Amino acid sequence: MKTGLYDFHIAHQAKMVPFAGYSMPLSYGNVGQIVSHNHVRHSVGIFDVGHMVQSNFRGKTATEFLEWLTPSSLASLKPYSSTLSVLLNEQGGIIDDTIVTKHAPDAFYVVTNAGRRDEDLAWFKQKLEEWNVSDNGKAGPVEHEILDNWGLVALQGPEAASYLQSLTSFDLTKLTFGTSAFVPIEGFNLHVARGGYTGEDGFEISIPPSQTVEVTKLLCKPPVQLIGLGARDSLRLEAGMCLYGSDLDETTTPVEAGLSWVIGKERKENGGFIGAEEVLRQLKEGPARRRVGLVIEGAPARHGAIIFSSSGTEQIGTVTSGIPSPTLGKNIAMGYIKTGWHKKGTEVQVEVRKQLRKAVLTPMPFSKPNYWRG
Amino acid sequence: MQASLRSLTRARASFAPAWRMSQTAQHVSAMRFRAVHTKRYTVEHELVNFDDATGVGIVSITDHAQSVLGDVVYVELPAVGTSFQQGDQIGAVESVKAASDIYAPVSGTVEEINEQLADQPGLLNKSAESQGWLCKIRLSDPSEMDKLMTEEDYKKSYEE
Repeated sequence: MKTGLYDFHIAHQAKMVPFAGYSMPLSYGNVGQIVSHNHVRHSVGIFDVGHMVQSNFRGKTATEFLEWLTPSSLASLKPYSSTLSVLLNEQGGIIDDTIVTKHAPDAFYVVTNAGRRDEDLAWFKQKLEEWNVSDNGKAGPVEHEILDNWGLVALQGPEAASYLQSLTSFDLTKLTFGTSAFVPIEGFNLHVARGGYTGEDGFEISIPPSQTVEVTKLLCKPPVQLIGLGARDSLRLEAGMCLYGSDLDETTTPVEAGLSWVIGKERKENGGFIGAEEVLRQLKEGPARRRVGLVIEGAPARHGAIIFSSSGTEQIGTVTSGIPSPTLGKNIAMGYIKTGWHKKGTEVQVEVRKQLRKAVLTPMPFSKPNYWRG
Repeated sequence: MQASLRSLTRARASFAPAWRMSQTAQHVSAMRFRAVHTKRYTVEHELVNFDDATGVGIVSITDHAQSVLGDVVYVELPAVGTSFQQGDQIGAVESVKAASDIYAPVSGTVEEINEQLADQPGLLNKSAESQGWLCKIRLSDPSEMDKLMTEEDYKKSYEE
C-alpha cells in the first residue's frame, strides 16, 4: 500500500522500504540517519505517518464503549485532550497501543498502528457488534468510521511550534502537550494534536485525502527537513517509547510494559474493561517481568539479545529494541527483565555475538523530553 | 552483511554457477600475467585485496555495503593472531539502524587490525575500501581467492 505522499517521497529521493504493508521512506537522498535524528532534536523535521489507522467513534455510548476496550479513564478526560492507551485482549495482553483523543463524550478520534490494522479492525468490528446488541449499546449505538486514505504528518522538534505558528493565526501557546484543536493553516482547517513519537515538542496533523500533498508542501520548507523511518526509530527509543511488535505484543500486559500509568485511577479499583482481571491481579501482586531501560558497554544489543545476571549464569530477560544512541553516544536498549532485577543501577550482562557485555539498568526516557506544557 | 543485503543475496543464488565459470576463466588469464594484487568479493559484501608477494590480504566491506548500512557507529574486529576458516564470523559493523556480521572471505590468521576504526568508525562510510579497511589476514589457502567474485560479477550480484 501507499500513503497519499508516496509520489512526494519519490520526488524527494526517498529510499523506500516495506513497512507494515506500506512502502515508506527510510531516509531521503544522501542524508544519513544520524543527521536526520539530530535535526529533529535541535530544529524540526516532518514525518509521514499516514500509514497509521485513523478512526472516529461516534454515538451516545462512545465513552462507555471505549472504556470497555481500554483501561483509560475517558469519562474524566477533557474534550480535545488525548491519552496514550492500549487495546487489551481477555488475558490483559496488548492487542495494540493507541492514542485516543476525546472531542466530546460521544465523539472520539483514535489512531492505531498500521502493523496491527487487520487485527485492530477485526477487533473493533467484533466488539462493536457485541456492544450494539447489548443493553449498553441499545441506549445509543456506536459507529466506527475509518478515515482511509487520510494524511497524517508529524512535525517534530524544538522549532516545530515557531514554524507552525508562522502559518496560522491560532495561538499555539494555548495548545499544550496532549491537547488538540482544529487549527486554520493557510486556509485549511486541520486537526492538530500536540505530541508525537520523538520526545520533542511537536504536532500530529490529520489531513483530508485531497489536501495531503498540498499541506505537506506547506509544512516542509526550511528549516523543516523530511525525516524517514530510520530516525523515527532512534528518536522514539531515546524517548523510551514502545514500538508495537518489538516491545509490545499480545502476551505482554500494560503492567509488565511499564504502562500502568495509562490505566485510570478509578479503573484500577473498579475494572470494567476487557482484560481487567489479569491487569488488576498484576497491579496488586506485581508482574513477573518488567520493561526496563539498559545502557550496554561495547556493542549495541538488538532485539532478541539475551540478558543474563551479573555473574552470567542466569538468564533473566530479553532485549526488545536497541541502538547506539545518536544523542547520548551510548548503546541504549529496552527489554523485559525478571522482577527483582528491575531496579535502576542493577548491573547485568547482555549477550551480543556470543560475548557477554556489561550493562546497567537505566531509567527511561534516555534523553530528556521537551514537551510544551504551557 | 545485513539482513536486507542477505535476502538480496539469496534471491541471486541461481546466478552463482554463471559467475563461478567466468571466474575460473579469468583466474587462468590472471595467472598468465602474474597480477600481484588481486581484488575479490563475496556475495556478503566483503572485499579481499590480496598481495601474492606477501601472502597477506586486506579485508574490507564494499562501498556498496556501507551505502546501504548508513552511518557506521561501531566496528567489532577479531583479535590479532586469531585463526579462522572461510565463512566464519570475524566481527561486525553496526550502524544506528542495524548490526551486520562480517564473515571471513578467506581462511587464515589475523596479522593486523585497523585500530583507527575504534575511534573513527565513520571511516567506513568515507572510505570503505581503502582507509576503512578492517583487518589484514595471512591466507592459509590462497586458492580460496578463486572461489570469490570479480568486481564485475560482484556488481552484477546486487545491481540486477
